[in-house]
Amino acid sequence: MSASTARFTDAPGDTRTARRLARQPGTRPRPARPRVQHKRAILIFVLPFGALFALFYLVPIGYAIYESLLVIKREGTFGAATEVFGGLSQYILVFQNGPFWQSVGRVLAFGAVQVPIMLGLALLFALLLDSPLVRGKKFFRLAFFVPYAVPGVIAAIMWGYLYSPNLSPFSAVTQNINFLSADLVLWAIANVVTWVYVGYNMLIIYSALLAIPTELYEAARLDGAGQLRIAWSVKIPLIMPAIVLTAIFSIIGTLQLLAEPQVFRSFSSAVTSTFTPNLTVYTTSSIPNVNLAAAFSVVLALATFVLSFTFLKFTQRKEARS
Amino acid sequence: MSTVVPTPTPTVTVPDRPARGIRPSTAKPPRAQRESPFARAGAMIVMAVFTLYFLVPVWWLLVAATKDRAQFTGTNPLWFADFSLFENIGALVSYRDGVYLKWMLNSAMYAGLGALVGTIIAGMCGYALAKYRFPGRELIFNVVLGGVLVPATALALPLFLIFSQISLTNTFWSVFLPSLVSPFGVYLARIYASASVPDELIEAARLDGAGEVRTFFTVSVRMMVPALVTVFLFQFVAIWNNFFLPLIMLRDETLFPVTLGLYGWNSQVNQIPELRGYVLIGALLSIIPLIIIFLLLQRFWRNGLSAGSVK
Repeated sequence: MSASTARFTDAPGDTRTARRLARQPGTRPRPARPRVQHKRAILIFVLPFGALFALFYLVPIGYAIYESLLVIKREGTFGAATEVFGGLSQYILVFQNGPFWQSVGRVLAFGAVQVPIMLGLALLFALLLDSPLVRGKKFFRLAFFVPYAVPGVIAAIMWGYLYSPNLSPFSAVTQNINFLSADLVLWAIANVVTWVYVGYNMLIIYSALLAIPTELYEAARLDGAGQLRIAWSVKIPLIMPAIVLTAIFSIIGTLQLLAEPQVFRSFSSAVTSTFTPNLTVYTTSSIPNVNLAAAFSVVLALATFVLSFTFLKFTQRKEARS
Repeated sequence: MSTVVPTPTPTVTVPDRPARGIRPSTAKPPRAQRESPFARAGAMIVMAVFTLYFLVPVWWLLVAATKDRAQFTGTNPLWFADFSLFENIGALVSYRDGVYLKWMLNSAMYAGLGALVGTIIAGMCGYALAKYRFPGRELIFNVVLGGVLVPATALALPLFLIFSQISLTNTFWSVFLPSLVSPFGVYLARIYASASVPDELIEAARLDGAGEVRTFFTVSVRMMVPALVTVFLFQFVAIWNNFFLPLIMLRDETLFPVTLGLYGWNSQVNQIPELRGYVLIGALLSIIPLIIIFLLLQRFWRNGLSAGSVK
């Protein structure tokens, strides 16, 4: 964590601000331990968010870990159930749970295919919008962004009908290819996610492109480099950090997949109650087996964290080398 | 995935490059002629094809919402038949004592009020982290940044367990309160405040005798508007789209946000076929507020995104 946050925290201007403050005439010379000024104001500013963050972020994380360490003990078959400390026994159950790991494998396969396609398209569109090749940029930017205004649940319902063999406007296709079959439904869902998020990722990459000073590729242009060459050798390396970030958030999103598959359960029997890890959590918690569900949650959150962190480190090292 | 709308973080992209803003279009006339017509045609074809991909589903929904039940299956799905949009809307809002309107209202409350309050508290916290020096400042900021990487869905189940301990599940608050927290908002507010609120200005307000809190609300907030609008919008979308938290917290239909309500109807279509029409028209109506809000605030949030990315 520390390394990644160090990257983030590097707020330019902060140190400058401090220096400027120190230089300011009339400021008393600093004692060895600077007294905090405006304590009351700082409290008023920080406390509302701090309290809510603690209550609804930190406490739940702690509570999930606590619950995941408990097991239910019953006195006889019908006796009262009590929760007792069970060590890591829920985690052993998690690791022995076949359907859960199948669902993890499923979303990993999903991510390995869908995330590159989605970000590839987003990058392509952003570069085209940034190039002199395309007219009507305003229109395309808006048109591509519209799906982002469609909530995942609603998008899944819409596409559910578009895939349906009888109701689809493309029934000539859908009657021959069953997108809702066990083989294809994962990729049908991947298409829904891609449809919603390409425009959003495009905008993030596009705004990074707009921030590149034109002078940086005027020189390349004078040397006779074409658009493709400029995009590949100048623009893409410069916006790599933006691409990495969209990739990380896409990875997080993929592992958390829930709404779309949950909606698709009413269109396709191939989507089981343990289709994705989050569906497994939901199903397990409504059995109810909250302790096991909590353990699933903890493992999933950890896996997400490790994966996105590893990806960040990996790309950073690659960048440093090149 | 709607529950984890990935937080936009364009701001970290190019930290120390000078601002250029939107490129003036006059900067590129000579090269316009240099591109080959084939490249231009190719680019336009790609854009046109994908415009169809992105807009046809929405067009289909719009057309479907104007048809009655017989025409929905009997006529060309991509073109209008008899225009019964308003009859359909009338039927939708009167169905089951107008429960759909209640859902829209709930969504507006969860997302509108939640994003508003969430933006204010995130803005205050980010501002304090940027403009004051106090012990624990970096620690707080790092913990909050860790929060950006914690997926919201991972919190839904433990939040449910905690709320059920204090018998607050199935209440408005169980969905509203957790939605107020936006670690990304704090992050963006801090970056933006440290770059765009001059210390001299705060100092001047101090000399005028204004209190710190008053200075923030009367002076500093104005300079932070683009960042705050961006935070508001993305939090609004995140709450509007949120699915897992309401799904796990709420049982009472009258508390549902519109996404959860439509999801519920859609899963009963096989038993109650008349619901299909309501689901489609309801889906169309539920998208409209978001499109309007994006269009109205476009100027602000686009500036917020691009300004953020150069600061």
